[in-house]
Amino acid sequence: MHRFANPARFLRIAKPLTPALFWPGLLLTLMACIWGLFFIPTERLMGDTVKILFVHVPAAWLGMGGWTGIAIASIVQLVWRHPLAGVAARAIAVPGATFAAICLITGSIWGRPTWGTWWVWDGRLTSMLVLFFLYLGYIALSNASSEKGDTSRVAAVFGVIGAINIPIINRSVIWWESQHQKASITFSGSSIDTAYLAPLFVAVAGFSLLFGALVLMRMRAALAAMRIEARMRRMAQG
Amino acid sequence: MKPKHQRLFLALIAVVALGGAGLIAASALREEASYFYTPTTLAAANVEPGKAIRLGGMVQKGSIVRGGDGVSITFIVQDQERSQKVAYRGITPDLFVEGSGVVADGHLRPDRVFVAESLLAKHDENYVPKELADIDMNAAAYTKDTLAP
Repeated sequence: MHRFANPARFLRIAKPLTPALFWPGLLLTLMACIWGLFFIPTERLMGDTVKILFVHVPAAWLGMGGWTGIAIASIVQLVWRHPLAGVAARAIAVPGATFAAICLITGSIWGRPTWGTWWVWDGRLTSMLVLFFLYLGYIALSNASSEKGDTSRVAAVFGVIGAINIPIINRSVIWWESQHQKASITFSGSSIDTAYLAPLFVAVAGFSLLFGALVLMRMRAALAAMRIEARMRRMAQG
Repeated sequence: MKPKHQRLFLALIAVVALGGAGLIAASALREEASYFYTPTTLAAANVEPGKAIRLGGMVQKGSIVRGGDGVSITFIVQDQERSQKVAYRGITPDLFVEGSGVVADGHLRPDRVFVAESLLAKHDENYVPKELADIDMNAAAYTKDTLAP
């Protein structure tokens, strides 16, 4: 793991990896959007509003996946003191918060025609809103506690504690009766027809690659900022 | 023990303790955090008439009876074990169909009929193209939803 502890070595890999994730991600996302918008059959009950699926589900997956990444990076930071872990966690926070917000907004727009309401305080919706607030808290805490691109230990502890919400979001529709339906895709299979499942997989893959590219870009920017600051400090002293 | 191992040990204990605390809290909330009563939990809960509650379940096939005035309807909400009669006055949501899920805001009348003030449709986790659903009218029967009849 400490092979990448040297930021220079990490940057050598991250630089070509960024476009390698970004362009296929953009291509797959555009493909999924066009496929999902124009080439899918109307749904039995929801009609055309089913198209929101192709944004809502990838956004939910990345919102939750983002915090899982923050939690893992935070543990790596706290236990191994890995110099890049804090940078990675902080780079994930803003895209993660954005996708959590996209999930909440698209869900709300979907809820109006489907359920007849913009919002209800059931277990799934509430726990997802809590995730969004946790992101905001994490961003504020890491910004306040570290001037550089990395993350303070306080923020890392917050990242680990906040992870408890992830299984709660996942299980909320099973533990508690909720307005939101149960999971469509489980280990035992999918209850989404192939006509929707295929573009959904393309969308999830595309959004995920874009997310990876965004995180790498933000990590590289943070490392560059840290280098500038170090050089300025040396110049000020010299 | 090296400091690194000590930190790993502490982090693992913290994660296990957190997970345990979360699970205990969630199971304690099991009833409280449910968004609605099902007919079965409503029957067990002994809710007094007039108290504002929510009822959720599947609309029983063939149970929708429309009143002469065009806006009042009655129907039966069921889960796997019990059913509950519901009366409602107003426009029903588009997805309100027999055999589909519904969540109703309202209260119990003294005669144990549930008076709904608002109805929300509840979509299940199945996504089926219209053409396929027309061929197989029982598509909804595949549902994994515990509320399915």
